[in-house]
Amino acid sequence: MLKTMRLVAGKDLRIEARSRVATNQVLPFAAVVLVLFAFALDPDSGALRRATPGLFWLAVLFCLLFTVQRAFGLETADGARDGLRLSALDPAGLFLGKAAALAVELLVLEVVLGAGVVLLYDAPTRAGGLVLFIASALAATWGLVAVGTLYGGLAAGQRVRDTLLPLLLLPVVAPVLIGATRANEAALGIGDRAVSEGWPWVGLLTVFALAYTALGLVAFGALLED
Amino acid sequence: MEPVIHLRDAVVVLGRFPVLAGATLQVERGEIVLLHGPNGAGKTSVLRTCAGLLPVVRGEARVLGTDLVRDRRDVRSRVGLLGHANGLYEDLTVSENVRFWARSVGAGTDEVDGAITRVGLSGRLAGTPVSGLSAGQRRRTALAALVVRRPELWLLDEPHAGLDADGRDLVDDLLRSAAAAGATVVLASHEQDRAGALAGRRVLVEGGRTLSTATPSPKPTADASDREAAAAGVLPC
Repeated sequence: MLKTMRLVAGKDLRIEARSRVATNQVLPFAAVVLVLFAFALDPDSGALRRATPGLFWLAVLFCLLFTVQRAFGLETADGARDGLRLSALDPAGLFLGKAAALAVELLVLEVVLGAGVVLLYDAPTRAGGLVLFIASALAATWGLVAVGTLYGGLAAGQRVRDTLLPLLLLPVVAPVLIGATRANEAALGIGDRAVSEGWPWVGLLTVFALAYTALGLVAFGALLED
Repeated sequence: MEPVIHLRDAVVVLGRFPVLAGATLQVERGEIVLLHGPNGAGKTSVLRTCAGLLPVVRGEARVLGTDLVRDRRDVRSRVGLLGHANGLYEDLTVSENVRFWARSVGAGTDEVDGAITRVGLSGRLAGTPVSGLSAGQRRRTALAALVVRRPELWLLDEPHAGLDADGRDLVDDLLRSAAAAGATVVLASHEQDRAGALAGRRVLVEGGRTLSTATPSPKPTADASDREAAAAGVLPC
């Protein structure tokens, strides 16, 4: 399983590094979204600062949609999906490989977007919340990619996959959006929240990520079928 | 000895649409069999069914000893399918594509290099991204990816499509070598002169059924003539 994971993740990351879709298309799109949020919410009112974690994770969700569609588009564009089904590769390893490559891409995007919101939204930062911030980001990211890989695999076999994926994915990741936003508010001290208030949300994010990882490991093989 | 492919009245339904309506086909080890027939006859569906990619809902279907009605996944890693699509990643090089599919079946670097050389893409072309290749070179890359998998059953859909004269000869050589080494080959093609000369037996497919089977004619026979012959109960030979 781990051998398959390394093989698939390496292939996807090599393709991404060469095509640069994430950096040349997804990232600029997310940056535009952040700027539009800033236009929509008056920066002087303080609303933008208070909403920073939620807006950040919304932008990450949009990035997730694009990266998942791209990850599975690679397999359907020239019929490579049939090759995967005909290979001896372990479906659980395929799931982990796709998810791992997506996680790396999403984390890179999050770092850049995070720097963007700090500069653009004048978001507050505090050193005491750094560990909470990183832990919540890692747990939320894995939860997002686990769900994204699961539903990306499901939608990949459908003719209407491009419109089906957001419809399936966005409602399911609502708990991640809520949990990551609350944890980040505590990490950044927004609304006078203490750092300790954020850890239960990290727990929720971790349970969510583990549950969908387990589901993906079991179900991914069946999802690859027509 | 059990046949490599045994289909009897196999029915395959995708969604609400039957794509095979009672196909019957028997192929022995080492044979090269040509499926021919008009567009939409079900040739591709027969190939995909034999690869374990389509669900058989009625009838009998055994491939390489595996009952496809009960479990069609077991057979897949022993089968090589070259469909209309090449199954390649555009942003990877020829070498990277072949290596990926080689590693998926545990094949080594020597076999990758050998397969790439065999299809005539060694040297500079091996390091070229697939997006920079011609249609024929992409087909050759797909053939290399198929060779490196060492399948027991080769299933090929229009394998000569997009290839130049050398490429077509290459396909014929590859398939003859595979059959000589004990593999079984089933190909679907409209190029009946070339594919018919390659195959030891021709099977007419129409309406999701296999209608007739015959040894190849010395001269190519048009699909229409085949259908008339089948309808009259006379097999082309």
